[in-house]
Amino acid sequence: MSEIKTVATRAAYGQALVDLGKKRDDFIVLDADLAAATQTGKFKKEFPERFYDCGIAEQNMMSIAAGIAATGKKVFCSSFAMFAAGRAFEQVRNSIGYPHLNVIIGATHAGISVGEDGATHQCNEDIALMRTIPGMTIINPADVTEAALAVEAALEHDGPVYLRFGRLAVPVVFGDDYKFEIGKGVELKTGNDVTIIATGLMVNEALIAHDLLKEEGINARVINIATIKPFDKEIVLKAAKETGAIVTAEEHSVIGGLGSAVAEYLSEEYPVPILKLGVYDEFGHSGPAVKLLDEFGLRAVNIKEKVLKAIELKK
Amino acid sequence: MEVSKIKELQKMACKVRMGIIEGVHAAKAGHPGGSLSSADILTYLYFEKMNIDPKNPKKPDRDRFVLSKGHAAPLLYSVLANRGFFDVESLTTLRQIGSILQGHPDMKHIPGVDMSSGSLGQGISCAVGMALSAKHFCDNYKVYALLGDGELEEGQVWEAAMFAANKNLSNLTIFVDYNNLQIDGTIDEVNSPYPIDKKFEAFNWHVITIDGHDFNQIEKAVADAENINKPVCIVAKTTKGKGVSFMENSCDWHGKAPNDEQYEVAMSDLKKIFEELN
Repeated sequence: MSEIKTVATRAAYGQALVDLGKKRDDFIVLDADLAAATQTGKFKKEFPERFYDCGIAEQNMMSIAAGIAATGKKVFCSSFAMFAAGRAFEQVRNSIGYPHLNVIIGATHAGISVGEDGATHQCNEDIALMRTIPGMTIINPADVTEAALAVEAALEHDGPVYLRFGRLAVPVVFGDDYKFEIGKGVELKTGNDVTIIATGLMVNEALIAHDLLKEEGINARVINIATIKPFDKEIVLKAAKETGAIVTAEEHSVIGGLGSAVAEYLSEEYPVPILKLGVYDEFGHSGPAVKLLDEFGLRAVNIKEKVLKAIELKK
Repeated sequence: MEVSKIKELQKMACKVRMGIIEGVHAAKAGHPGGSLSSADILTYLYFEKMNIDPKNPKKPDRDRFVLSKGHAAPLLYSVLANRGFFDVESLTTLRQIGSILQGHPDMKHIPGVDMSSGSLGQGISCAVGMALSAKHFCDNYKVYALLGDGELEEGQVWEAAMFAANKNLSNLTIFVDYNNLQIDGTIDEVNSPYPIDKKFEAFNWHVITIDGHDFNQIEKAVADAENINKPVCIVAKTTKGKGVSFMENSCDWHGKAPNDEQYEVAMSDLKKIFEELN
């Protein structure tokens, strides 16, 4: 296990900006005094004249980004998820979302795995908030490979995009041949007993859970949903029909995230037991990220427990 | 400015004001007070100053305008309609279902609207973003914005002000519609943003104070702003409800529509002004 390579998705974000910056000069990058942490600092170092620091003023940054986009130019803007989606929610909704502008929000330090900074910085609500904005695309990459592809796809996309990245180094799940498309889920493991639908760093945990379940003779399908909005209804409906039970797994509140999206959709189209794994309506606290993931039950063993319960409900 | 030109602009501003009253009366809702107060400023920008083309509202090199005080939408719509961006007759569809004329400006559907706005404090930041984009990509257009004086109570205004000066956005000129009234009372009673001029100066802006109903002063301030290597704030002293006798200097008319009787009085007030200009 010690050989598994781990990289934070935010690192992929910074590198992808540099790579894109070398290919084209038609976009601007903004940050709000967190360039070193969000990794836009890499872009700043390479292209200082194309980087603008807005200082500690996230609301202003979001509306500035909207203004830039309104002139027909593309723009990335970055902060921690807590401040990008939380503090500046209304600016994202009214300045960016309502006019459907091409602003790409690179939100890092999402979820409980922020770790030591504690509850004020652990954003478990951003997906829920962004989902309520009509026309917003939300992408939560599982690893560094998917993160890099998502950044590139976002730049080509028409309309606002919320990219969700983590602080913690997480295992590299996908190889160089991995294909990413906005709005498309990916079946990573076949299986017909149950489906685990995971997003972000929970995708790797879902793959481990798949193996744990296999030892007990359970064939769990595993689907990666990176694009939470618009999400891949087709792959989810097929899974519900073919496996009859769903477990969702996300490093986010169970209120309003991936699990909610799946449940809202299937309850109307094809109701099956759906069990949601996530943060259960509570604030986090300080501690090493890996210990918090254990403590808050965001691990393969917790997915396995949910799966067993889901299969029980099927009967 | 020549006397005949001033008269022409005054007449147009009067027509713009009639359009405001028509719209708000038909909608039975909207914000006449702060629309009437800044009618002269917008008339000057759209009929005299800005590089715009009603036949090509999205032409890339156009000057931009952001109505940061988005509730003055009836004013912006009346100016755009009279300038030929869309039919003047459509002003009476304001706020109706099926109309493009939303309660607050909508850039996606209204020809000539450069930025959606309505949530106070955000428009100035959007204008700052436009000015930053123009500088960055070496475009020569100018960016204008209109803020309410009450709007200065929004913290985001000062975030935007700090940034604009720090990045030396000399292609940005904002107007503050200083009519001294907001919904709950006079601005100093509610939560004083005074002194407006010194605040902007402290944020490293150049400030010009004018009478916001005097076209000579408006023109001179805008011209002077172009030669100053800083963002410029024009504090325009205005009368809320300007031109309509019973609406002048009254915060009751911030966000209320005239009934049929009041509509007649308002229109007759404005027609009288118009005739006196002939």
